[in-house]
Amino acid sequence: MSANEVTRRGILGSAAAVAAASPLVGRAVAAENGSRSEKGSAMIPIELTVNGREVHFQLDPRTTLLDALREHLRLTGTKKGCDHGQCGACTVMLNGRRINSCLTLAVMHDGDSVTTIEGLGSPEALHPMQRAFITHDGYQCGYCTPGQICSAVSVLEEIRAGIPSHATEDLDRIVPSEAEYRERMSGNICRCAAYPNIIAAMRDVAGETQA
Amino acid sequence: MKSFTYERAASVEAAAKAAASVQGARFIAGGTNLIDLMKLQIETPTHLVDVNHLGLDRIERTTEGGLRIGALVRNTDLAADKTVRRDYAVLSRALVAGASGQLRNKATTGGNLLQRTRCPYFYDTRMPCNKRKPGTGCGAMEGMSRSLAILGVSDACIAQHPSDMAVAMRLLDAQVDTMDADGVARSIPIADFYLLPGDTPNRETVLKQGELITSVTLPKPVGGTHVYRKVRDRASYAFALVSVGAIFGEDGTARFAFGGIGARPWRTQAADAAAPHGARAVTDAVLADARTTPHNDFKKPLVERILASLYRQQEERA
Ligand SMILES: Cc1cc2nc3c(=O)[nH]c(=O)nc-3n(C[C@H](O)[C@H](O)[C@H](O)COP(=O)(O)OP(=O)(O)OC[C@H]3O[C@@H](n4cnc5c(N)ncnc54)[C@H](O)[C@@H]3O)c2cc1C
Ligand code: SF4
Ligand code: FES
Ligand code: FES
Repeated sequence: MSANEVTRRGILGSAAAVAAASPLVGRAVAAENGSRSEKGSAMIPIELTVNGREVHFQLDPRTTLLDALREHLRLTGTKKGCDHGQCGACTVMLNGRRINSCLTLAVMHDGDSVTTIEGLGSPEALHPMQRAFITHDGYQCGYCTPGQICSAVSVLEEIRAGIPSHATEDLDRIVPSEAEYRERMSGNICRCAAYPNIIAAMRDVAGETQA
Repeated sequence: MKSFTYERAASVEAAAKAAASVQGARFIAGGTNLIDLMKLQIETPTHLVDVNHLGLDRIERTTEGGLRIGALVRNTDLAADKTVRRDYAVLSRALVAGASGQLRNKATTGGNLLQRTRCPYFYDTRMPCNKRKPGTGCGAMEGMSRSLAILGVSDACIAQHPSDMAVAMRLLDAQVDTMDADGVARSIPIADFYLLPGDTPNRETVLKQGELITSVTLPKPVGGTHVYRKVRDRASYAFALVSVGAIFGEDGTARFAFGGIGARPWRTQAADAAAPHGARAVTDAVLADARTTPHNDFKKPLVERILASLYRQQEERA
């Protein structure tokens, strides 16, 4: 993509894209908003490590982690689907474990570390799962994809860590299988039904990492 | 979301005090149920007391040979715990049958017990609901009641308790350990923990304002074959229409607890006593006082079919 090509993301958040590149973004946002939100909730200072970078904010306690990432840090890779824990589009890794960022408050995570799709890999250095999603056509519209990829990476780790699932026959011996992947990915809905290709991408990466 | 103030509690005692002294205060653990309900303004706490940093996230053996599960142990970690997988497998099975991998990473033992009903009218603030707004009536009674309860219901409310984990806890005779604002601890048998709706469906448990669940304690393992069977509208990531947790003994005895059909996780002595006589007898015993609607009477044959299937599976094992 050429540098001056107009993109949807560019239009949505051009100022923000600049802000996201700046390590001071959190402080800048805080300064703009002052110390009280419109409706009168006291603002709370919080510090997060997002994709390896420390950020500081002053946030209304009502701000979900998802909104902090998207609206304050302008990391718009993480998507808002349902905002109620029902779709998985907002999946990120919190201290290394996948969660729904729409159902937690940013203030609850002072001092925590978050990895989003932007932190897994970059266009120049894709994470193996990102590459596999491209190779296997693991998406159509792409809206669910950041959440799917964060989940898929976590699923392989959870299987390695011996965490059982509803598809596990013997609780003491988890055998990676299509049934395991499908069950464990059930918290990520895809309106375009790219499911078979997502599973293919996961099997590919699981093979790579086991070899 | 209505605005609220927030604090991270520094100790169990301080958490209980804070929640008892501020009008409208609530604890927040995983947040996966409370925040959902706050977004819909079904829950409107004025103050949140974050209990995530109180060291309540450990699983320990008790001197009686049982297991003490900290209230903040995440559903994923509880399901994966070695002792739980070996000695209380029905608990692992029930946990992994619930919600999604992401949600289980966040959801806690205490929060799961206290999650609120999934009655669609409770969720729709334009509809009457005695649980959400006492005295307004029940939208479900004459409405869409397919998912709702058939046991322990009242004229005021027919909501089902939605938790899978709580069904296993009921089956295992868990105790809910708490501390109140005066620093007084108590242990509540899970059989006495949940209130039936009666005329006050807004009151769901025996907990007092500011009483914090600190742990859930299991008695020593009972052995046997542990199973959890959940039937729902899709294969995963959906609440139970009917679920059955069961422990089959070597000698033909068994115990059963049921989800999706009760105002609280459901277990009866009569059903356990009927175990040697098979699925039909257990069904008759547990459903003797069932009260159905045209939308949810399918749950009665479904209970029997699940039980029959579990018995068949058990025979094949033997
Ligand atoms: C899409 C979706 C699907 C789901 N599917 C299922 C399912 O299939 N089966 C199932 O069982 N569950 C399911 N759940 C529910 C999920 O299991 C609960 O949301 C979760 O267990 C709640 O735990 P939490 O720690 O997040 O609770 P929170 O939301 O933090 O708290 C819930 C309530 O408990 C209180 N509380 C929390 N901790 C304590 C404590 N220590 N002492 C006193 N009070 C406390 C809070 O004040 C609040 O009122 C689903 C949820 C979602 C969003
Ligand atoms: S069944 Fe209970 S929760 Fe549902 S609408 Fe009636 S009163 Fe409310
Ligand atoms: S946006 Fe969080 S689960 Fe749908
Ligand atoms: S690719 Fe369109 S929703 Fe999944």
